[in-house]
Amino acid sequence: MNTETPNTTAAPTTAAESVHLDALRSTLAVRAADAGLLEVAYRTVDSPVGPLLLAATERGLVRVAYAREDFDQVLETLAARIGPRVLRADARLEAAVRQLGEYFAHRRTAFDLPLDHSLSSGFRRAVQAYLPEIGYGHTATYKEVAGSVGNPNAVRAVGTACATNPLPVVIPCHRVLRSDGGLGGYIGGLEAKTALLHLEEAA
Amino acid sequence: MTHTPAFETVVERHGATVLRVCRAVLGAGPDADDAWSETFLAALQAWPGLDPDTNLQAWLVTVAHRKAVDITRARARQAVPAEQLPEQVSPVGNPGEGDPQLWMIVAGLPERQRLAIAYHYLGGLPHTRTAELIGGTADAVRRAAADGIKTLRRTYGTDSPWEGPTP
Repeated sequence: MNTETPNTTAAPTTAAESVHLDALRSTLAVRAADAGLLEVAYRTVDSPVGPLLLAATERGLVRVAYAREDFDQVLETLAARIGPRVLRADARLEAAVRQLGEYFAHRRTAFDLPLDHSLSSGFRRAVQAYLPEIGYGHTATYKEVAGSVGNPNAVRAVGTACATNPLPVVIPCHRVLRSDGGLGGYIGGLEAKTALLHLEEAA
Repeated sequence: MTHTPAFETVVERHGATVLRVCRAVLGAGPDADDAWSETFLAALQAWPGLDPDTNLQAWLVTVAHRKAVDITRARARQAVPAEQLPEQVSPVGNPGEGDPQLWMIVAGLPERQRLAIAYHYLGGLPHTRTAELIGGTADAVRRAAADGIKTLRRTYGTDSPWEGPTP
């Protein structure tokens, strides 16, 4: 008999434990933020284009992700690029959740949120900074965007900037289409892009 | 490229285990909750610099032990003579905190038996490591754990949550 080696496999978590742990985790997130130990706060939210993951640093909203991007993978990338002190935390994302809800309910046409652009740099960042200029319900072509940011030949690079937009929906890369009227690509899938364009048309 | 994983995965994977350890040590109630929070806050602080080879569960259980000691000491310091006894937080916990009967039986065990069980059966530490934390020899800790389990088995039955295969 060797009792030196732990022989337990962890017992399954009971429903009561789960509820209690959720409460403890909420408190932990608040205390971590107060102590300056919360590099990335995140939560998920349901939307007409499927579940979205929202993540924010102390500076602002840093990431909106579609489920097809794999949330676990998104969190690991955030841990690697921003910092590993990542916790599920609702408070920091309240405003983003509210404004997204309003947007999807046709009650908001522009977002007014602090944004953290640290996941983008250079030309991509310049393109993403320009995109909110394309108003709600309007569209522009990749070529037009390239011209607008002062580099008319960089059509392909504009496409890349849209495809790597870390803040889809909030930064409206869905409003950028091909010159021939084609949808182009979208990080959330073409179905989501179409849904957002229809949502804005129907407003 | 290797990097430190998101801390959320640590809470997800080990949160329940640490809660059970804290409850076994301090009773199911606010003290155990405080110990849980303090443990994960300390872990969060240390997380970016932690050696990737660290056995996370053992590390967390060790931190939980230290936090429980702190809380027990703070509670003792706060104790002042009074005419009337203040209302006490129930060591048995509140409804919704798991199996009250089980935690009551655990709370009634002698302290060394309780800790030996908490750190080994709930926390997964080897008895040698528990002995380092609470003093005494590994053999004495092993006997304390066995005696405690015997009592639990007699009073609660064999299907207490931490009894896996018989040791």
